[in-house]
Amino acid sequence: MKRTLLTGNGAAAWGARLACIDYLPAFPITPQTEIIETISSWIDQGLMACRMVSMDSEHSMITAAGAAAATGVRTFTATSSQGLLYGMEMLYAVAGWRVPLVLVNVSRALAAPVTLEPDHNDVLAARDSGFIQIHCATCQEVVDTMLLAYRLSEDKRLRLPVIVNLDGYYLSFTREPVTLPDPQLASRFVGPPTSRADQIQASHPTSLGIAVLGGSQYSYFRYEQHLAALAALEIYDDLGRDYGRLTGRSYSALACYRCHGADMVFVMIGSFATKGKDAVDQLRAMGLAVGLVRLRLVRPWPGVALATALADKKGVAVIDQNLSMGQGGILYQEVAAALYHRPDRPRVLCSYVGGLGGRDISLEDFRGMAEETLQAAASGRTPPPRLLYTEEDLAQMRAAQQVAAPDIDPGAETP
Amino acid sequence: MSSAPQKPSSQPLGHQLAAGTSTCAGCGALQGIRLVHDILDSKVFFVNAAGCMTLLSIYPFTPFAGAWLYTSMASAAAGGQGVRDALDIMLAGKRLPPQEDMQVVVLSGDGSAGGMGLSATSGAMDRNLDFIYLCYDNEGYGNTGYQLSAATPHGARTTTSTSGNPGYKKELFDIWTAHKPAYAATICGAEPGDLRKKVETLKGIKGPRLLLALSPCPTAWHFEPADTITLGKLAVACGLWPLKEYKEGRLVHTKVPKKTGRRPQVEEYLRLQGRYRHLFAPRRNDRVISEIQNRVDRYWEKVTDEG
Repeated sequence: MKRTLLTGNGAAAWGARLACIDYLPAFPITPQTEIIETISSWIDQGLMACRMVSMDSEHSMITAAGAAAATGVRTFTATSSQGLLYGMEMLYAVAGWRVPLVLVNVSRALAAPVTLEPDHNDVLAARDSGFIQIHCATCQEVVDTMLLAYRLSEDKRLRLPVIVNLDGYYLSFTREPVTLPDPQLASRFVGPPTSRADQIQASHPTSLGIAVLGGSQYSYFRYEQHLAALAALEIYDDLGRDYGRLTGRSYSALACYRCHGADMVFVMIGSFATKGKDAVDQLRAMGLAVGLVRLRLVRPWPGVALATALADKKGVAVIDQNLSMGQGGILYQEVAAALYHRPDRPRVLCSYVGGLGGRDISLEDFRGMAEETLQAAASGRTPPPRLLYTEEDLAQMRAAQQVAAPDIDPGAETP
Repeated sequence: MSSAPQKPSSQPLGHQLAAGTSTCAGCGALQGIRLVHDILDSKVFFVNAAGCMTLLSIYPFTPFAGAWLYTSMASAAAGGQGVRDALDIMLAGKRLPPQEDMQVVVLSGDGSAGGMGLSATSGAMDRNLDFIYLCYDNEGYGNTGYQLSAATPHGARTTTSTSGNPGYKKELFDIWTAHKPAYAATICGAEPGDLRKKVETLKGIKGPRLLLALSPCPTAWHFEPADTITLGKLAVACGLWPLKEYKEGRLVHTKVPKKTGRRPQVEEYLRLQGRYRHLFAPRRNDRVISEIQNRVDRYWEKVTDEG
């Protein structure tokens, strides 16, 4: 084991290297590009036996990745944001082919307006694609999750592709100390790329992605895919435990922080949850009994584990770093669905949307959410969904509007 | 005689492609594909783009002895890249014995080939991918009921160009040869001798190889299924579908029609098809008919001058 400083992108590249990938179809996009640049330079230096090919688009890239994985080689690819959406058609197709594949998405908010900083509308657009979806919060977790993802993806009970998500900028370009697993240990854990017995060859041809006529055949294949995804809940936890025995770092679908004895709990995904942890510590020091649940798995959805972790809490605040226009936070809906039928569900479930396009979520924001949720729990009245935005945010926006259109009074536009 | 149900032979009459597919009667595309496949033999990995031939493989049946991967409308050539690279990686790593290798054939209609599939195909050529690109050109979006595509010829009526296409057929062959591929050829199932020579030639070449097959379509072009061969032969004889071959950077016409005046007029070809009926009834449209004829004549004058 080697301890070093790595960015999130560097950690993803190391994960691919330690998993001994055979093949990387690639296409650049900020903030993901460092991953493919890093692997490319390792290949050039002879440090990796991997074939890399520069594709003409993410749509082509995901097609090539899926086709290669179907044919029988261990395949990796990576993208962000617009790239993930450009390839979206193929995410659904590749998942339907039931092939093992790991794709890193470095989250970046979607156009328009165009921005480089993160939120989760890109990766949540792939929520229903059939890809398993794992969210990382630290660079260490990125390396480890890459290895877990290959094991999961290649498991014969699953045969499903996996998205490993990390947040752009906040994680992709942040250096953190990372303990790199010993290469031999990593390759023992993941297994050789040849361990699959399902390669397509002349004497063993296969037809994939073929047409079906009628809903009963279609439904059968779709239900099979769903049931396989559900099975990943248990397999992931088992793998996470095994990995812990080997490395001292175990993983499960949920990362719970100071939930024991907490009256109020935040629910989050991704790297902003590290801000959440820090806030929990500070709010605890102020005397507020708060905790945090971070979901690593978003697909499959660990609804039962989540409901159990939140059982009997007074209040829960779901912080969505995404926005479904005209509805609200996406995860809030899923958390509510996981809790509704439970007699031990929390008294109130509050919805907060924040961190869009990389906007910070400050300690003050966390404090406001905690206090409001605890008050709501005491009164039994749930506040309406909140969009986090401060006076200071608005003042900055007004200053920009003055530059863009000095003759228009922006206050007059506000409904 | 056994009373057990008979399984249909997978290769009737010695063909690689089994009978009993759901293509329309008289499908010129299927005719071309069958001829090409017979020459390529069975070790073929077809990577399909959305189009008529998507319906060749309908669960639980496939007419192919080899492998099949349906990708999407835009990215079949990229699928070909993934398959070829994977086979090469496994061959190099001795994970795949050489006899288990397969030829990668991308199968695409003209709608994909000349439209949204161009980016992926151009990329595959940039990378000098070792694959065959077989385009069945029925000159429109056939699988959806014949709408205007980039390959629809001037004057042809489709369901989205009901007074005849005001534009001109996109030259996919020229787009390919601008990339300087290893090989490119136009073919037609109605000219099996020419087709055979070309497929035999291409088998000995590595790199990106195009087979662009004129594929008369009774359903969309509105002619009797029995006339598929007649239409194909006439398209070549009247000069509308030049049979040509590009290899080692040189272009050769493999079957030059008779001289102007001695070869059939394009009108003979147009008259057989419902998609051109508006050029003849209720009034004859001499302007469009002669424009089509003139363009063909100019093409062959240029070929003769340069030849």
